[in-house]
Amino acid sequence: MSTTHGSTNVHDRAQHALTDDFLRQAVHFTTDRLRNKKQAVTGEFGNWEAWRERGQQIRQHTIANLDYYLDQFTRNLEAHGAHVHFAATADEAIHAVREIATAQNAKRVVKSKSMVTEEIHLNHHLEEMGMHVVETDLGEYIIQLAGETPSHIIIPAIHKNREQIRDLFEAAGGERLTTETRDLAAFARRTLRQAYLAADIGITGCNFGIAETGSIALFTNEGNADLVMNMPKTHIVFMGMERILPTMADLEVFAHLLPKSATGQNVITYMSVITGPRRQHETDGARDMHVIILDNGRSRQLGDPDFQAVLHCIRCGACLNVCPVYRQIGGHAYGSVYPGPIGAVLSPLLNNGDQYQDLPYASSLCGACYEACPVKIPLHDMLVRERQRFVASGRVKPTEKAAFQAFRQLFGKAGRYQTTIRIARRLQFPIAQDGYIRAKIGPLAGWTMSRDFPVLPKRTFRELWPELTRKGNGRG
Amino acid sequence: MKVSLFITCVVDSVFPNVGISMTRILQACGCEVSFPSQQTCCGQPAFNSGYTDEARDVGKTLLEAFQDSDVVVSPSGSCVGMIHHYYPQLFADDPHLHQAAIDLANKTYEFSQFMVQKLQMTDLGARFPHRVTYHPSCHGSRLLGVKDEPMQLLRGVREIELVDLPYATDCCGFGGTFAVKMGEISSAMVEEKAANVADTHAEVLVGTDMGCLMNIGGRLRRTNRPIRVMHLAELLLEGMQLGRAVKA
Repeated sequence: MSTTHGSTNVHDRAQHALTDDFLRQAVHFTTDRLRNKKQAVTGEFGNWEAWRERGQQIRQHTIANLDYYLDQFTRNLEAHGAHVHFAATADEAIHAVREIATAQNAKRVVKSKSMVTEEIHLNHHLEEMGMHVVETDLGEYIIQLAGETPSHIIIPAIHKNREQIRDLFEAAGGERLTTETRDLAAFARRTLRQAYLAADIGITGCNFGIAETGSIALFTNEGNADLVMNMPKTHIVFMGMERILPTMADLEVFAHLLPKSATGQNVITYMSVITGPRRQHETDGARDMHVIILDNGRSRQLGDPDFQAVLHCIRCGACLNVCPVYRQIGGHAYGSVYPGPIGAVLSPLLNNGDQYQDLPYASSLCGACYEACPVKIPLHDMLVRERQRFVASGRVKPTEKAAFQAFRQLFGKAGRYQTTIRIARRLQFPIAQDGYIRAKIGPLAGWTMSRDFPVLPKRTFRELWPELTRKGNGRG
Repeated sequence: MKVSLFITCVVDSVFPNVGISMTRILQACGCEVSFPSQQTCCGQPAFNSGYTDEARDVGKTLLEAFQDSDVVVSPSGSCVGMIHHYYPQLFADDPHLHQAAIDLANKTYEFSQFMVQKLQMTDLGARFPHRVTYHPSCHGSRLLGVKDEPMQLLRGVREIELVDLPYATDCCGFGGTFAVKMGEISSAMVEEKAANVADTHAEVLVGTDMGCLMNIGGRLRRTNRPIRVMHLAELLLEGMQLGRAVKA
């Protein structure tokens, strides 16, 4: 199977993914498990809608006052001895890392899972600087060995099975392994332990930055982030500028919302909150702590009523797990590091988002994403607004534009509409068979490639209406 | 009660029997039914594709068609969802049209919603001795919030054998222009839906939106799965006729 298909448009990449039965089976299996667990755990927890409301309120308030909270967060971080770097672009973020690494003469890096580092292709840049990078989240480690990118926000190796994982581990370690979970996990544990001990820098993401205390909250199931941030001398935190919560009390709400939505876990296995680097009397923790806060297009959404809510996202991946399109094509077909409904909305909005302008069309607008979102982001509405923006940019196909101009003319008045139906009724004769059309002609081909299309009957409802009122007891 | 039909372009031109069934049921429930003939389409194909101006022009026709109506009833949760959820913002720039859009949204009901919420009728005396499964359409259930009403009406039918559809709430892959523009993805989605329908061994698939039913039905037909596809109104009317025949 191939997972990195180089097409420049989502339609072609999706078509490629649709031929990959293994990928689709793997995605079905895992997303089913996640959404079933989520349903069970939220049902048991109770009042889920009220929790969503609360989550939405907190995120709305935070993002509406982001300048205030970012300032508070930064001042508190600095008071604890951490260094804060604001990066307007991916390049600035890479530059900040380079400066830190050069000053430390660092050679070895361990990382825990962070989507924002994927967004700026950090590993690639670190390797270009001559550094040895090891991903320590098991899923990320697997795709790093495979030379791929994550295909899910939470489950990066969702598209890999245990045979493929064994092969990757055998190639990396030069030893024979079975496909037993115990065997594979033991190999990863042995290998990664060495990496933690040898690393000069530990890089983590940040699930939430707590403004009132200047703390970083990290959620993992493997405890790897705790080793990444404590064992190396230097800890670098990467975060999108929107990942702020005002208070510890707010974190309590999200300690419920995030794991329940992401994996259907009642609580996360490891939730760690750190506040600044190691203090003098302390025996563990990194000696230096740097926090790199990335904009990369996020601040453009502030104040935009159409898209500000995209900054409410907490990266739980629940929208991917319920998305019927993601279910069929998996993550790589989106071409962006952020796949699924949130990826289709967010990717075109970030810097260099132009290459993802077609992602909002990879949706049937079913609204399952909105229903699953723990902070009620109206993703389905935002997908429509991105389409509007694309149409307004004038880059749509002339044939499509002409079709909708015709629609405006013909469906704008009842008389013209009736004439259109009458003409269509005549035109369909040569291609109709037994009351259905199967011919793959023009735009109809997208439909008839897999399903029959009913022919227009002899009379429309409006043509039948006079008879209905005569026989019935109503009046027209 | 005076009721105006918003029949929708799909039902008008492709599935007139759905409109006939709905009309007959409303008449049987004592409604005085009218059909304002200026109506065409809600404009959703253009709106969902990002063509706002085009959608607005078509939508304006609908606002005018129903300006004098007391209550509007439609056999599509998707088109009613469009009116409820998007019309007020679509016409936000013009105070007059904006008010007309809000007025229309406030008086427009999807068929099952109208039957249950407004008429408070869930037992129509229908009888339908068949194995039936129900597909809840996304826009009706999520955009409009009509989730339980169709099931309440189905549960009121005698001798019906209702079987749960696996993955019922997953989209069938219709999505209007999506079905054509992203034909391959849509095809994969509708195949999964059709397979789930077939797995229930139902004789009849029932729903409340002909776009979705045309999609699933088209796939069932293409793959030779002989399952009858019906709009809720068609099933209820057939059941009422059968119920009356039994009584007589």
